Order: sequence, then C-alpha cells, then structure tokens
Amino acid sequence: MIEFGERIDEWRERLGLPRRKPRRTRPTPIVPPANVAGRALMTVIGIMTFLASLTLGAVTLVSDTAANWQSQIAREITVQIKPDEGLDMNAALQTVQMIALETRGVTGADALGDAATQRLLEPWLGEGLDLEELPVPRLVVIGIDERNPPDFEQLRTRLRTAVPAASLDDHRAWVSRLVSMAHATVLIGAAILTLVMIATVLTVVFATRGAMSGNRHIIEVLHFVGAKAGFIAGEFQRHFLKLGLAGAVIGGAAALIVFVAMGRWTQMNQATPEADQITALFGSFSIGWSGYAGVVIIVVTVAGLTAMTSRLTVKRQLAAIDMLSPVEG
Amino acid sequence: MIRFENVGLRYDMGPEVLRDLTFSIQRQSFQFLTGPSGAGKTSLLRMLFLALKPTRGLITVLGRDASTLTRADLPSIRRRIGVVFQDFRLLDHLTTYENVALPLRVRGKEESTYRQDVIELIKWVGLGERVDAPPVVLSGGEKQRAAIARALIDQPDILLADEPTGNVDPPLARRLLRLFMELNRTGTAVVIATHDLALMDQVEARRLILSDGRLDIYD
Repeated sequence: MIEFGERIDEWRERLGLPRRKPRRTRPTPIVPPANVAGRALMTVIGIMTFLASLTLGAVTLVSDTAANWQSQIAREITVQIKPDEGLDMNAALQTVQMIALETRGVTGADALGDAATQRLLEPWLGEGLDLEELPVPRLVVIGIDERNPPDFEQLRTRLRTAVPAASLDDHRAWVSRLVSMAHATVLIGAAILTLVMIATVLTVVFATRGAMSGNRHIIEVLHFVGAKAGFIAGEFQRHFLKLGLAGAVIGGAAALIVFVAMGRWTQMNQATPEADQITALFGSFSIGWSGYAGVVIIVVTVAGLTAMTSRLTVKRQLAAIDMLSPVEG
Repeated sequence: MIRFENVGLRYDMGPEVLRDLTFSIQRQSFQFLTGPSGAGKTSLLRMLFLALKPTRGLITVLGRDASTLTRADLPSIRRRIGVVFQDFRLLDHLTTYENVALPLRVRGKEESTYRQDVIELIKWVGLGERVDAPPVVLSGGEKQRAAIARALIDQPDILLADEPTGNVDPPLARRLLRLFMELNRTGTAVVIATHDLALMDQVEARRLILSDGRLDIYD
C-alpha cells in the first residue's frame, strides 16, 4: 500500500503536480460505520417510523374531521316552510327570518333564494324548474352562535304560532350520532396508535440489541485496553444515534410525502366521486401543525430510543464481562 | 506488584481447577508461566488482569486489594497492565497503526501527541511496512506483533502475554522473546504463559509451573 502511494507521489512529481495531502485527516471510528446489521437496523427503524407516522397522521385527520363535522352541524339549523293553500310564501319567509333574527343566540337567517332552491332540487326535478308553477317547500338557514345557542323549543313554538306551515330542524339527531361515531373513530385510532407505538418501541429495542451483538468483541477489547465504561457507551451511542436518526428521518419524511401527495391528489381531483368520498371521510387531507409536530416527535423518540438502547446494551455487556471479575463482590 | 495468597478457583459447582496459589510478581521481574494444556494458565492470567474472580483467597494488584475494587476503579488499573491475548483481539476495521494506538485513543489523548511514538513502536516490532494494513491482510506472526505493540504502547508496569509465540516459527519466536527481554530491561515486569520448552530454555528466568491445579515455583 505504501509503495503504491509512493509511486503515485513519484508520478505526480514527474508531471509537475503538487504532492498529495496526508491521507488521514480523521481517525476511523471505533465502531465500524457500515455493516449489514447496521443497514438492516436502519431499514427496520425507517419502516416502523413510517408506519407510526402514518397512523399518527390518520388519527389526527380523523379526529380533526370529526371535530369539524360536529361544529359545522351545530353551527346552523334550518326552518322548512311547506307550501299551503293561500300561504304567501315570500311573506312567510320574511316572518320566519324576522322571528329568527330577534332571537338571542342567532347570528344570521338567510332564506334560500329561488336560484339556490332550484339548484338544490336540480338532481330530482331537472333544469328549468319554475318555482311559481310547482309548489315546493322553502328553507331558511339560521346561523347559531355555538357558544351561546338559543332556546330551540321556544323558537320552535314562536315559529309555529306565526307560520303554522313552518317546521324547525335542529339536526340534533344527526349531531348526537356523528359525535358518538367520531368519538368511537378517534378512540379506535388512539388504540391503534398505541399498539403501533409499542410495536415500534419493541422492534427498535430488539433490532438495536441484535445489531449490537455483533460488536461484543469491540466492547471487550476496549474494556481490556482500559477504556472507561462511559467512553465505550458514548462511542456506541453516537454511532447508533446517527443510524437511528437517519432511519427515522427517512421513515418520517416518507410518511409526510404520502400525506402531501394525497392532499394534492384530492385537491386536483375535487370534482371526481373518488376524491369527494375521500374528502368526506378525511376532510382536506391536511394533517396540520399537530400532525407535523407528532411526526417530528416520533422521529426524535425513535432515534433517541436507538441510542439509549445501545448505551444500555453496552452497560449490560460490560457488567457481564465484569461478572467474572473480582469486583462482583 | 501482584500478590496472590491462598487463591483458589472453581467454575460453578465443579472441582477446584486452581488450588492454594501463593506467589507474587515483583517489579521489573521476568517469568514464564507454564504447564500442560488445560492446567489453568489462561485462567490464572485472567485473574492476574482482573477479568476473573477467584472463589477464595486474596489478590492484591498494584497495592490494591482486588476484592475492594469498584467497577469504576478497573480502567485505571488495567491501564497499567498490558495484555497480549492468545487470539490477538485486534479490531478488523482498524489499521495496524489504529489498533496499536487504541489504548492511547481511549485515554482521550490527542493523535498529534502520540503519532510518532506509535509509528516508532510499530517499526520496533518489525511492522514498519504494515502501518496502514488492516489485520485481515496480516500473517499470524504479524498480528501477534501488532497485539504486542498494542499492549506496550502506554508503557505498562506489567505485561501479561498468553502464548505469544504460539503462532510463529522458531526464529520469530526468538525475536519476540528478545523483544520481551528488552522491554523487561526498560522496567516492565513480564509474565509469559507458554508451553514451549525450547523457548524457555533460551533464557535463565523464573518459572511458575502449574500442574494438577497447584503451582510450583523455580527461581
């Protein structure tokens, strides 16, 4: 090796090139930088971080969407006025609007105009509908202050008295069903997330211990040449922190890419039935800051766990070597 | 420097493999530890560098009662004892230079302070051409010499060598022996475990002979 290097220097000199820089600027790490066990550990860490991040993202999405459904539905109620013989629909709409606006806790009351009603009925009755010819029920959408909702029973009675053909729908049945469904979904998601996190922790711990077992001879040699336990543990911890961080960052980034890509896809295909279905289920497919923060926390935790496990394994192996020594007591 | 008093050793519930060992290794002394295969030479060496606990008796190492040492005390004592293992225990991913320098590196010394000393020692053991070679390309004798250099690099007070000539031909064995004697002259106590009678006949030195678990000493 030396002769080869010297020959290169000789040639460089003959060609008038400057001599090479001294070969080694940094010493070889005491823990070998790359081996099969290390790469396998990195892959396992990457996959588990990816799965944990996906689960976390999905749970965040479902819980955000459930909360959104709940507040959207609780935010408005509707009053339906059925057409009746001799009923002046426009006057009835105005009366309902007026009564609603007078009530405390109501933020707005909009009668659905002719055009909006036509659009609403278009799937059933087709285009070009003349509302004058066909008596159809009309709707007034009433906005509700969520924090200070009105007394629905009192409002219902007042409306009935003023306009007998009006009926109030406060969506309560829907809200309670959706709330319980959303709670169940979030609970199931949290349970799955817990299981995935436990699986991730155990996999990372056992994979790290597996990768460490091939390094036992290094620990022994360092121990016998007088290295302190802290030095040996530090070398391994640094090495495994790098490995764990690389694997976890790749896994976490892959999960984020999946979320961004799905979000883009739903945005680009908003009109199609598939995308509508996904949007209905998961909202806008954005996991928000809490989701991103969660992924970062998972990445940091997994990397820290890998480093910590390697440190504990070194300590345990050193204790096993010293078990034979007189210090055991 | 090391003192054994009535030391006995047994593995698990088996019979005592070493019995009533009483001897001491003096400063700057030179001795062979010998005996038939399986007599317990390696076990005795392991007790000498605190890697094996005796089942009875008292061991004093560098003035400290071994039974009172804590785990944190061990590195500082091991740093004064150089060990050459029978199976070398070189790290395959490090070069000869890095293997020899390892004891200094783990002590946190700057490379610039020891680089020249390490290279000189490697040349002294005859591996000047192999400074950057990894152990896998070294012959048995070269690995042996690299292991010896690693044990010597921090000028230990005691050198323990387990069959240091087991993997080399007689001329190299003689050369290694001369190397140990030279080291001894510079002040290091040397214990060589071997069953090579021809090697021992070359030097007038104290012999510790293990047989049937007991130790006979011939000064």
